[in-house]
Amino acid sequence: MTAIGDRAPSLGLPDTDGALHDLDGAPATVIVFTCNHCPYALAWHERIIDVARDYAARGVRVLAINPNDAERYPRDSVQEMRARVERAEFEQVPYLRDESQEVARSYDARTTPDVFVLDADGILRYRGAPDSDHDDPSQNGAWLRGALDAVLDGRSPDPAETTPIGCSIKWRA
Amino acid sequence: MRIELLFWAGCPSYPKALSDLRLALVESGLDPGCVIVSEVKYEGDAAAERFVGSPTIRIDGVDVQPPLDEPVGLTCRVYRRRDGRISPTPDPADLRDALNAASRR
Repeated sequence: MTAIGDRAPSLGLPDTDGALHDLDGAPATVIVFTCNHCPYALAWHERIIDVARDYAARGVRVLAINPNDAERYPRDSVQEMRARVERAEFEQVPYLRDESQEVARSYDARTTPDVFVLDADGILRYRGAPDSDHDDPSQNGAWLRGALDAVLDGRSPDPAETTPIGCSIKWRA
Repeated sequence: MRIELLFWAGCPSYPKALSDLRLALVESGLDPGCVIVSEVKYEGDAAAERFVGSPTIRIDGVDVQPPLDEPVGLTCRVYRRRDGRISPTPDPADLRDALNAASRR
């Protein structure tokens, strides 16, 4: 399990076009485990895309990762992921497929969504929910934005850890 | 009136759905204690119950937001609020409307 202050596991995952993405030393990187079928992930989705857009100029990189078992949950197939990308639901955020679920396991991801913020050295600085209420758009990803502001300013986020809320990750049997 | 809430424990939304449902019952002048709460534990039970996700609320057998083409299974259910937002629970106004419609039947 990766704890706050630990170096985050490396990753190399394909997006919906097959291009590989890894951690590239951006000033801050947001990793969001998400999916297509979970109402919590969908309710928070636009707020996370807003964060990606608002922090892009500061070099922040956002990676969305779908680790769910698509055999039991066909809505999480690569084809369904690609359809959402083609509808421009992810804007500039790569939507990556964790087919083996190894990345999700290495991060000890629990839910969709589950958010991790890494600093430029790949150290985990925040983990948890995007904000305190999936049902309140005015929250605007406040915890995630606060964590990014702190990391970009060289401070420790407060809170550094919150409880991720959402659908359990659909592990392979 | 038979009011059922079916839930799958793997989805955290049913306590709020039950709370919203009970509030809607009170607002409609009905007994908030009359809800029959049932857990769906296995895929086979989901198929037998035509359970398309948690929570599912039925009033006299009618789903408060009838599913379109959702497959049955153990998952969280996606609802649309009246303002278009996606939510894990039904819009409270839909619950009140469903109760009122059932009381007129």
